[in-house]
Amino acid sequence: MNDLLTVAPSPHLRGKNSTKNVMLAVIIALAPAAVAGCIIFGWRAALVLLITMLCSVVFEAIFNLITKRPQTIGDLSALLTGLLLGMNLSSTVPLYIPVIGAFCAVVIVKGLFGGIGQNFANPAISARIILAVCFAAQMGSYAEPVDNFLKFDAITAPTPLSADFLIAGTDKVLPFTFTDMLFGTTGGCIGETCALALIIGAVGLMAFRIITPTIPLAYIGTVFVLTLIYTGSIDEAIYYTLAGGLMIGAFFMATDYTTSPLTERGKLIFGIGCGLITFVIRFFTKMPEGVSFSILLMNLLTPLIDDIVLTHPLGSRKPEVTK
Amino acid sequence: MKNLGGVKLPHHKNTADSKTVDFGLPKLIRIPMAQAMGAVPNLYLKKDDKVFVGQKIGSADSFMSAPIHSPVSGDVIDISDYLNPNGSRCKAVTIRPDGEQTLFEEVRPPEITDKASFILAVRESGLTGLGGAAFPTHVKLSFDEKKTPIDTLVINGAECEPYITSDSRCFIEDTEDVLSGIKLCMKYLGIARCVIGIEDNKKEAIALMREKTAADSDIEIKVLPSLYPQGAEKVIIYKTTGRVVMEGQLPSNAGVLVLNVSTVSFISKYCKTGLPLTSKRLTLDGTALTKNRGNYNVLIGTPVAELLEFAGAENVKTLLYGGPMMGVPIYSPEQPVLKSTNAILAFNTDAALTEPIACIRCGTCSRACPLNLLPMRFETAYKVKDTKLLAKLKLPLCMNCGCCSYVCPANRPLTETNLLAKELLRKK
Repeated sequence: MNDLLTVAPSPHLRGKNSTKNVMLAVIIALAPAAVAGCIIFGWRAALVLLITMLCSVVFEAIFNLITKRPQTIGDLSALLTGLLLGMNLSSTVPLYIPVIGAFCAVVIVKGLFGGIGQNFANPAISARIILAVCFAAQMGSYAEPVDNFLKFDAITAPTPLSADFLIAGTDKVLPFTFTDMLFGTTGGCIGETCALALIIGAVGLMAFRIITPTIPLAYIGTVFVLTLIYTGSIDEAIYYTLAGGLMIGAFFMATDYTTSPLTERGKLIFGIGCGLITFVIRFFTKMPEGVSFSILLMNLLTPLIDDIVLTHPLGSRKPEVTK
Repeated sequence: MKNLGGVKLPHHKNTADSKTVDFGLPKLIRIPMAQAMGAVPNLYLKKDDKVFVGQKIGSADSFMSAPIHSPVSGDVIDISDYLNPNGSRCKAVTIRPDGEQTLFEEVRPPEITDKASFILAVRESGLTGLGGAAFPTHVKLSFDEKKTPIDTLVINGAECEPYITSDSRCFIEDTEDVLSGIKLCMKYLGIARCVIGIEDNKKEAIALMREKTAADSDIEIKVLPSLYPQGAEKVIIYKTTGRVVMEGQLPSNAGVLVLNVSTVSFISKYCKTGLPLTSKRLTLDGTALTKNRGNYNVLIGTPVAELLEFAGAENVKTLLYGGPMMGVPIYSPEQPVLKSTNAILAFNTDAALTEPIACIRCGTCSRACPLNLLPMRFETAYKVKDTKLLAKLKLPLCMNCGCCSYVCPANRPLTETNLLAKELLRKK
């Protein structure tokens, strides 16, 4: 009883929730799609993922050392950013690209703006866009699925969104079957093609309440409905929903805590906005895919949405109009 | 009905089956005057005075104040300054019990004929809300039937804080007093209906109360989920009646009077015996205790140190009046048991001192908030002293239940910041 007593404000009990656990949960939820990507695109896909993850963690560690900040690699957020970035690259990219991408994501987009929780845009998405602009040729070619893990051909394959019919817009024969798109045996980025694995991981995240379904449902729903109205074909609407980066974007990138609105109503606006921009880019611009840009643009609107959209606390009155 | 959020806490109701035992006479009794909200009573005693059980030893003229009575017969050996946990100071009297426990001659059952005499009796009993907030009960009872008619009496038996089981024992051991207390309040205050809210982890209390109220059509038992904070006033009103207490208003504006189960039970006991509030049933528990955990009937003024010694306390780091979520820390074991003390908890850990890291804007605090506030935005607004935004975000609604701090993955002291921010708003 000689020790001093702790006198602190309540609560004197804390839950077991931690930032590290949250990040770990998202990494685990991404694992099925990452593994599927490695199986579909072979050893080189695994190599790209390893490089982005390793570089992200190392760059964050070095950045913290140089800027004399507390070391934050233990919260696993850098590892998660690296994994997401890698999953958004093609397995055919030259190996300096994942290194540059990790630098952009962790140092430029996250670190320079104050580190975890302070970045205004999703680091992995922003890095992907920087790479896509700087290395248009290398980033615009996608690997073909391989028949065994050890194989690697740098053949450029069509993705569901770049396949010819879409540009011509006249041929209604879909270039990939729904089975291909569910299991991911199409051209594309490492982690984006296997819709089934992404959905399994996302359902897990929602079951453990790491993310709420608002953003993904609003995002995917908007794309589906607008595509259905525009094309008039339910098959095409499903095709476009499963194609490209929509699944990974809606479930894992648009739901990033720091860069999406806080309130559920805000999240709804955010998700619909993402869906709208994705639809417009896919159908009315020369770019085949618009998920990255739509999420980035909505990231920029997030502070505004949070400013306007508040919760309705129990017992609160509407603010009186002041003249 | 809206889903109000809240958090699932570990219950730790270790003492749920522990029958209340009289703790007995301590060596010394120390009674601070500031034990309730409102005016601090003036102490009537001086050194070497003789006092008796139930004798009024302090009161204030203000209506918003509850008098204080001596729990023992004995001699006043010291009158000193006392530092309250909230930082204010007041007088405290130290009494050495003579062991006789001689009853004060004026202690006799009150004469109650109407609302006014009922409220006067409650005031003279020294009763303050026994759920923990220590609001003088007679002030709550003195609502104006014309301006704010009350049609529903809500009995708060949620006991949503972990560890505490004293209210649950009150239902089980003092069933008749609980019911007669309810009926007294309904009769003299003219309230037509009563709802008793109990969390579903108190099966025995629920079954017993259902059985005993089967014949009373005006008393309803409402089983609440075990989801902290069901016992918060606004939450239990919403959950039992569906009514919302609007900002800046009192439960009476919603036609509701909320009383803790131990409070109504005491009203019945007082009306029978006339013995003022001088002892308290409390739960003695916590990780730092090695034996004799349980429920005890303890005289108000008993030093916490005596309870700790009795329970074999070892390596105490945190000592609390009340539960771990909203309890008040005790800075010294020499502090006494107070009127509002429903538990003394001793822990060998200091959870509140974990190091915070950066907010990742996950929004978990907002989903946990029973009132649907945005705690993380209070934090950022407080940092830049934006009082306009704090008001717009409805900070004054916050009731410091602690859910936001509990769930925060970054360990941020959100509840503490809310208190600081409220102070900033008040000063402005």
